[in-house]
Amino acid sequence: MMGEFMQAVIAKYNYWIYITLMMIGLYAMIAKNNLIKKIVGMNIFQTAIILFYVSIGVKKGGTLPIVEHGHGAHAHAVHAADYLNPLPHVLMLTAIVVSVATLGVALALGVKVYREYQTLEEDEILARIREK
Amino acid sequence: MSAHYPTLLVTVPLLSAFVISAAGWVNKRWCFPIAVAALGVSAYSCVGLLLKVADGGVVHYRLGGWPPPWGIAYYVDQLNALVLCVVSLAALINLIAAKKSIEREFPEKTAPFYTLYVLFVTGMLGITVTGDAFNLYVLLEIGSLTGYGLIAMGDKARAPLSTLNYLYMGTIGACFYLLGVGYLYIVTGSLNMADIAHLLPPLYHSKAVLTAFIICLVGVWVKMAFFPLHGWLPNAYTFAPSAASSLIAPLMTKVMIYVMIRLILTVFTPQFAFGTLLVSKPIVWLAVAAIVMGALLALKERDVKRMLTYIIIAEVGYMVGGAWLGNRAGMTGAILHIANDALMTLCVFLAVGCIVYKTKGARFEDIQGLFRKMPFTMAGFVVGALSIIGVPPTCGFFSKWYLISGAIQAGQYGFMVALLFSSLVSVVLFFRIFEIAYYEPFQDHHGETHTHHASLMDEAPLGMVVPLLIVAAGLVVMGLYTGGIVSHVIRFVIPKGLV
Repeated sequence: MMGEFMQAVIAKYNYWIYITLMMIGLYAMIAKNNLIKKIVGMNIFQTAIILFYVSIGVKKGGTLPIVEHGHGAHAHAVHAADYLNPLPHVLMLTAIVVSVATLGVALALGVKVYREYQTLEEDEILARIREK
Repeated sequence: MSAHYPTLLVTVPLLSAFVISAAGWVNKRWCFPIAVAALGVSAYSCVGLLLKVADGGVVHYRLGGWPPPWGIAYYVDQLNALVLCVVSLAALINLIAAKKSIEREFPEKTAPFYTLYVLFVTGMLGITVTGDAFNLYVLLEIGSLTGYGLIAMGDKARAPLSTLNYLYMGTIGACFYLLGVGYLYIVTGSLNMADIAHLLPPLYHSKAVLTAFIICLVGVWVKMAFFPLHGWLPNAYTFAPSAASSLIAPLMTKVMIYVMIRLILTVFTPQFAFGTLLVSKPIVWLAVAAIVMGALLALKERDVKRMLTYIIIAEVGYMVGGAWLGNRAGMTGAILHIANDALMTLCVFLAVGCIVYKTKGARFEDIQGLFRKMPFTMAGFVVGALSIIGVPPTCGFFSKWYLISGAIQAGQYGFMVALLFSSLVSVVLFFRIFEIAYYEPFQDHHGETHTHHASLMDEAPLGMVVPLLIVAAGLVVMGLYTGGIVSHVIRFVIPKGLV
């Protein structure tokens, strides 16, 4: 029983890693008091999903998905099983751009909050709002 | 030209964003006409598409000529043609109404505002028109990121923090959707919605497909503020500038409901969603909770704008519940309500925009005596309010009628009671406002009563009132043409298997 479980964990370690990272990010977003820590948590959350996508493109014994030119390479058929799946990796280029943009917007908002309240601790800000 | 409508409606506003941003450096006065022209082209293309697909046609468009599933395909049927029309027309009308308030609220930042505005509309239209699950995620993030920017331009003290909270939740929602798409990609190897739908049926009992569906659904729920995932919405929409909240409040939640219905009807098919899954009942009960809680939370607010944000949460419950009733009437009601609710939310938010323009606030003390001071604005507000309550012949009545008959057919009496309860609460909510605005004497901010000045009319600028009255008239026209919309458009969307 235990052995089977361990086998399942080891065989699917990429899923376990991404879920662990996602939960770390989610925890930081919910439980941390500092706005920058929350933003970092959000970034970890996004990165976890990027890792998930990258890991599903991998194949055992696969090589880079570049069909070589010359030497009659076009003559023999391409075996898709010999190559890594490049599509999830390409999708993640877009997702990385999105996550960088989100991080930028979030940090800019953090700056705006800091200028207004001179602090980044959420409880202090909320106390300040309640005073008004 | 008309063959390229599906791509024009996205690319024209997208490219105009760069032009507006550049024009802002030269002369700020050019930004507004460029934005209006770009959204005008979008709206024209959307109406053209709706006329093309009404009575049962479908438009496929291959971007760059790549055949699906390799290339990105735009896929327009009656469902998204209707949503496209509503989104583009609402955005155009609101843009025209927004000009005055933007110029007064942030005269220095008009160019960035218009740039973000057209980009937001690009995102919303793109989500609606695309037939590719990953493309939808990218456009969703375009819409969300620009939405954060627009909201953060509002109230100086409160808007940034509220936006940051919205950003956390919005990112979680979009990431969940992306994760769900990842699982779908693992099992089908495809990102094209039609292709996924074609490949899925033998896999309906796979746990990965189940996970994909639930994760996508939760992600979309976060983005549409479905109770109990609604926490970000009231603050974000209340502290946004009025021009931005009257853009985002009608469109964002409604487009996300479209995405949910698209997932149910096209990607996963109703047989899977309602037959295999057996989660419709609990989801309808969640919708009941959303409606009841939205109505109750709205009752406690003493600010018109904030009260309306809770009404949006209740309305989201209407549409989610209607879609998950799993029958023809419920689905018709949900789709019809996407269009109706977008217009009536636009109507009341435009009215609040006019009120805020004149009185600097929309708290209950600010609206005293407004019927005499701003009769046209209040007339528009009354029509919008009657539509939200569901009084015929405004359009709100008809979609509520379909939703209630769907609830009775499905035997979901809880949902029916919730709909009636929220209508009653809406009556209380809005007649309380009418009473204050009609009977209480007008007061300025020094607390002095101006009984003898109260008869003086002091209406918001024409550029704001005329769009409001057009939308208000549109609510009645939509109501009168409900039969036509259902028989020429919505009837074709609902698959034959759904009775």
